[in-house]
Amino acid sequence: MKLTKIAAYAVAGAMLASPVMAELVFPSLSYRTGPYAANGTPVADGFADYMTLLNERDGGIGGVMTNVIECETGYSTEKGVECYEATKDEGALIYEPLSTGITYQLIPKTTADDIPMLTTGYGRTSAADGNVFSHTFNFPANYWTGASVGINYLLSENGGSLEGKKIALLYHNSAYGKEPIRTLEALAEKHGFDLTLLPVDHPGQEQKSQWLQIRRERPDYVLMWGWGVMNQVAIQEASNIRFDMNNFIGIWWSGSENDVAPAGDAADGYKALTFHAVGTDFPMFDDMQQYVVDAGLASGTGEHVGTVLYNRGMYGAMLAAEAVKVAQEMHGTADITAGMMRDGLENLVISDETMAAIGLQGFAANFTVTCENHGGPGLGAVQQWDAASQSWSLITDFIAPDMDVIQPLIDADAAAYAAENNIEPQCN
Amino acid sequence: MLYREAGDYKKTYAEDSQTFPLKLDRYGYYAVLAIAFLVVPFVINDYWASAVLIPFLIWSIASLGLNILTGYCGQVSLGTGGFMAVGAYASYKLMTSLPDLNIMIIVLLSGVITASVGVLFGLPSLRIKGFYLAVATLAAQFFLVWLFNKFEWFYNYSASGQISAPTRGMFGFEVTGPSASASAKYLFCLVLVVLLAWVARNLTRGRIGRSWMAIRDMDIAAEIIGVNPLKTKLTAFAVSSFFIGVAGALFFAVYLGAVEVGEAFGIQKSFLVLFMVIIGGLGSILGSFIGAAFLVLLPVLLKNIMVGVLGWPIDLAAHIELVIIGFLIMLTLVLEPHGVAQLWRVTKQKLRLWPFPH
Repeated sequence: MKLTKIAAYAVAGAMLASPVMAELVFPSLSYRTGPYAANGTPVADGFADYMTLLNERDGGIGGVMTNVIECETGYSTEKGVECYEATKDEGALIYEPLSTGITYQLIPKTTADDIPMLTTGYGRTSAADGNVFSHTFNFPANYWTGASVGINYLLSENGGSLEGKKIALLYHNSAYGKEPIRTLEALAEKHGFDLTLLPVDHPGQEQKSQWLQIRRERPDYVLMWGWGVMNQVAIQEASNIRFDMNNFIGIWWSGSENDVAPAGDAADGYKALTFHAVGTDFPMFDDMQQYVVDAGLASGTGEHVGTVLYNRGMYGAMLAAEAVKVAQEMHGTADITAGMMRDGLENLVISDETMAAIGLQGFAANFTVTCENHGGPGLGAVQQWDAASQSWSLITDFIAPDMDVIQPLIDADAAAYAAENNIEPQCN
Repeated sequence: MLYREAGDYKKTYAEDSQTFPLKLDRYGYYAVLAIAFLVVPFVINDYWASAVLIPFLIWSIASLGLNILTGYCGQVSLGTGGFMAVGAYASYKLMTSLPDLNIMIIVLLSGVITASVGVLFGLPSLRIKGFYLAVATLAAQFFLVWLFNKFEWFYNYSASGQISAPTRGMFGFEVTGPSASASAKYLFCLVLVVLLAWVARNLTRGRIGRSWMAIRDMDIAAEIIGVNPLKTKLTAFAVSSFFIGVAGALFFAVYLGAVEVGEAFGIQKSFLVLFMVIIGGLGSILGSFIGAAFLVLLPVLLKNIMVGVLGWPIDLAAHIELVIIGFLIMLTLVLEPHGVAQLWRVTKQKLRLWPFPH
């Protein structure tokens, strides 16, 4: 009896003493429950699957295996804080919280803890100013450039002039939805269109009064900044009042398959912005199918592979992995720290060669990240839903935003943040 | 045998009327305070501070406030979330317009501002009671959230509508902001909790507390014997809103750091604090703490057990957590409708007689 006890303690001691394998830790602050779960799940799946692919096909990044730690936030800022505190000591390299609210929370915390944060196409837009926001990156596009791309698309549809047109913004009444208002107001002044603002309170189930107002006022175009169940309800309400879907354009977070599914055929022609390609017509997806899906290692149920939001999550993981490679090269070690990861993100170059090597040639625009510009070029394209073939397809090339209007706004907002928090310029 | 007052003679009126007359109670209380002040700050890490202890302390203050209003004075209020928002925005405006002010003064001033707002929304209580008052305070909840969303002055004209707490401190220690240490934040909240619980305990067992309880039990009879309903009900609203405002200011400045009024101070928070008060025990100071622990700590504990120890998938764990908490709430209310504090009181009664049942 005594001998077996000693033996048990010895084995336990040996297990504790054995060296832990080095790992690249990527916390995934996801939400698979709550009113935003339908949209949050595919993004988390895409992120996890790409990291699994790197492990299975390449043996990790630079020979070090990746480890994705998922933590459920339910899109709530309090749980986001709890997940951040729980995972940051595990060697977390980067945070992609997929929630503008949680991003605002974490910007000062991640800066103080020297962990970078990548908020592709969401978050605090003024984080594009790397002088003030040293640890926050939001390439390749953000909400203000998205608003400008949408307006530029509408300008091209209207022969270069929106004078006298009425544009309504239907937005989620949170930090996320309010982000484009300032830019749209500036653009309304510049191009002479009337902007109507229609807030929708969380979770967005109740939109009858907003759509009644749209039916009364008859705007020429409706732009939507929605998320989760708000998207589905909005598209259904739009079909109820027989609003022309070709004039209904959502931001990239309002353009996924599950948003248009409930309205069925009535959603035909609905447009949305995007900053990457749609579908699985790329060599990397063959690898994904072989190494992850067929091997039974797909995250969740495996049914979201190739959908718009899955691709977005995968793209976020791809950017993080490329930044890891840059960091490993810069610092000469495969086992990098969060501080090194930040340097990798700041020196990231996405070119045709990089994309071809991954197997995603033509998937998204090329860009270079610099110390001053953490926001990338802000290019976006327009995709349209075809209810007959049940698929999205890009109907334009990548459109450039109007940086003359946006850059001063970014500078002003970043300067205000720097003044409030006594931040010195980080780049020299 | 364990818990006796036999042989414990009091020689002064002060000793006789103290809060913890039994020696075991008193020494237990001192031990808890000693551990909380002298041991915990040195062993605490960021996770325990941000996910476990600080939210527990902050919600205890909020549920103390609501317990005073609903448990001691009998005025049902569903406006707790809105009042916490008032505290948070008041502290934000004070922090940004008076940058050199001590954080303790800011938090207490936010409480005072919330108290005046609370008195304003408490005026309907002079005419309506019970469920009707609950609806009037519900109006306060929605009105305050709308107010802070609508007028840009409240969030300093920022593009996103979010407010972020700048770094503030006292006596050289940073308490708010990202560089504040976990121990500093914890100690700040603990000092406020001990102070406010002491104030609440003494208010509720004094003259004012007795007038609150008189209004709660039979307000017409109370009016007849000379309790002024105007002053009593409005003081209840004022004191309760002070506590809730302080909790709101701490919630924003110390715990979260950045807040968006629609999401952080919605109707869910009002229900949460009401449930804490009901499950903990209406009209009991200890009950406020128990309710806060039940509804704040238990989910975190369950999540850590299910995801951390058992390794279950996170969405399954989140759903099962809701089931378990709901089941425990039903179980508690069926077994002891007066709350867990009543279970504690009954236990203490039995311990005084143990091992003799009569």
